[in-house]
Amino acid sequence: MRLSYIALGLAVATAAPLAAASAQAAELYIPLFTYRTGPYAGSGIPFSNGMDDYFTMLNERDGGVGGVRINAEECETGYDTKKGVECYDSTKGKHPIITTPFSTGITLQLIPKAAVDKVPILSMAYGLSASADGDQFPWVFNPPDTYWDGASAFIRHAANVEGGFDKLKGKTIGLVHLDAPYGKEPIPLLEALAKDYGFTLKLYPVPGAQMQNQTSLWLDIRRDRPDWIYLQGWGAMNPTAIKEAAKIGFPMNRLVGNWWAGNDDDPRPAGAESKGYLSLDINAVGTNFPAIQDILKYVVDKGKSQVTSKDKVGENFYDRGVLNAALIVEAIRTAQRLSGKKEVTGEDVRRGLENLNITAARWKEIGLENFATPVKLSCADHNGHNLISVVQWDGTKWQKTPETLEPIKDKVLPLIQSAAESYAKANTGWPKRTEACDKSS
Amino acid sequence: MHILYLIFVDPFVQMVHAPDLLMQTLWDGLVGGVLYALIALGFVLIFKASGVFNFAQGIMVVFAALTLVGLHEHGVPAFVALGLTILVMLVLAFGVERLMLRPLVNQSEIILFMATFGLTYFLIGFGQLVFGGNPKVMIADDLYLPSGAIEWKGHFGFVSLQKIDIAAVVIASIMVAVLAVFFQRTRIGRALRAVADSHQAALSVGISLEQIWVIVWFAAGVVALTTGIMWGARSEVSFSLQIIALKALPVLILGGFTSIPGAIVGGLIIGIGEKLGEFYWGPLLGGGIENWLAYVIALGFLIFRPQGLFGEKIIERI
Repeated sequence: MRLSYIALGLAVATAAPLAAASAQAAELYIPLFTYRTGPYAGSGIPFSNGMDDYFTMLNERDGGVGGVRINAEECETGYDTKKGVECYDSTKGKHPIITTPFSTGITLQLIPKAAVDKVPILSMAYGLSASADGDQFPWVFNPPDTYWDGASAFIRHAANVEGGFDKLKGKTIGLVHLDAPYGKEPIPLLEALAKDYGFTLKLYPVPGAQMQNQTSLWLDIRRDRPDWIYLQGWGAMNPTAIKEAAKIGFPMNRLVGNWWAGNDDDPRPAGAESKGYLSLDINAVGTNFPAIQDILKYVVDKGKSQVTSKDKVGENFYDRGVLNAALIVEAIRTAQRLSGKKEVTGEDVRRGLENLNITAARWKEIGLENFATPVKLSCADHNGHNLISVVQWDGTKWQKTPETLEPIKDKVLPLIQSAAESYAKANTGWPKRTEACDKSS
Repeated sequence: MHILYLIFVDPFVQMVHAPDLLMQTLWDGLVGGVLYALIALGFVLIFKASGVFNFAQGIMVVFAALTLVGLHEHGVPAFVALGLTILVMLVLAFGVERLMLRPLVNQSEIILFMATFGLTYFLIGFGQLVFGGNPKVMIADDLYLPSGAIEWKGHFGFVSLQKIDIAAVVIASIMVAVLAVFFQRTRIGRALRAVADSHQAALSVGISLEQIWVIVWFAAGVVALTTGIMWGARSEVSFSLQIIALKALPVLILGGFTSIPGAIVGGLIIGIGEKLGEFYWGPLLGGGIENWLAYVIALGFLIFRPQGLFGEKIIERI
């Protein structure tokens, strides 16, 4: 009798960890580097909510992806690069299948680690523009557009309004940017375009400590009288910039934010004065999509979301978070199809990303028809350089304009290639690509 | 030679050629200076009473503004919310005195300074727990703060004065004047100065340390609320506002940590100096010099007056 108890005890003791390990493995672990606190929380919160809620919805509605539940775990970075790297190191042991740094500064630090740890980075429409080059950066993906695509699309918009690229000659274009890696990213492209099209580029850096104290900078702008301003700001910098622009009477329809300067809370504090402000966009706004209706049904209505009120669902940055999550999920599905496994690894997801092909029909299938541009990646092209839409603030919410802008690819692509090669040269020992390409990509 | 021209001649030529921009710069500097003075005042009050640099002053600005807007978001009328926020700052002052300062009586200043770090992190966490990290729009209209601008147009160009900035200057000036009179001319003011000189000596003549500390922390809380309303109305109410409070550091270095007039004069010198510097000389250095120029101005003054413009000359026996 005693022996049978001992045997049973031993069996339980050995089986329990195995069962736990098995239960632990039956999930797709995705660490989400988010910032719900600190000076940049205003931009970070809606995006994080959108990502979280999409994953939760899939778990609740479908039981995960391909029957495997998603374990999306947030790690608070406060938009601080040091904390972001700590988040990466602390989650690395849990076998993440993808990294989403949600900060250009953090992305830059993690790029060299991705190939070593075999965890792909998805820096959706942020990060290092040059990492769109899949030959040099096989582990980094930044669809649907790089910051250089965005800046070139802005120049195209300015040219459209002025009556052609030749009309840009002699104009002054200002870049109001956060004085951080994210804000500085479009500078090389704009400098190249300034040479090609003959406009003068003026830079207006905003140090982090001066985000809410921009009076002098806008007085400079009043003196310089630029014809256009491109805003590459983040967090509290954007609403302050829009308010200051209104204060000096800068025409709102000539102030164009990049897609990260298009949060609903960016123009809102300026009230009626911000009417007409433009922002580039890479996703639709609103809740009129079956997938977002499912988020409301399965997540928000059941109290499983962190949104403070239901009307936050469908705001621009919330939907941006949904887009980020949808890209991850589609990469996982592709990885599951290619590998024949349900519990995919980082290496599988890298292949999935490289073979990502979300057509208009596929967006419809997943309940997000016309939500974003079709995305097709390949071994060489990790971005797609897709069409960019333009939204305009009507005083209370964003309205989509009929304009869609194609990046100036003949300028952007050669610059990306040369920048990627320079990066590889500058980082001694940068590995040559050894990862095989699937035939489909 | 050209660089000498750009440094010593060109800015003044610009001032003459575009007097409207000079006037605008001076006005913006004045507004910024008054607001810096207001923030510095919060530091000075507490430093005078306890000899401690209150690192939590910045987060008190955010906490006060968030409380006001947060209460209003929950349906509390604006002026009732304002009253309740003042009450919250009073409760905070009592809490700080009871839980933080009282157990640390007669401890060295560095201990008290570190305690204000703890208070900062407590208020950041508590604020985020209660109000969340989302930025909020200041309820300027509900508080009947003016909006829009007064524009002067003429042959000299145009100068735009934001009505909210005018209100900020008026309110901050009144507040500074009231506090200056209160702490310089009243019995409590004398008691405050006695506490600042020596806790033990003040106690020996019957001054209640607890009472004085509650009063100054409450006054600093009201100053923080006013600062939060004014800066919040200029931008938004978010946790990044606490960074603004650090702008008071050069003001304090310049004006002296113990002088209310020093905070005012220091604020104005820094405010106007950094705006003129950024606008006329900043482009020579690629812009964005405002951030450190304030410290350069303060250090320039310190070479001649190490105790600050109005600070007390402290002689210590070794």
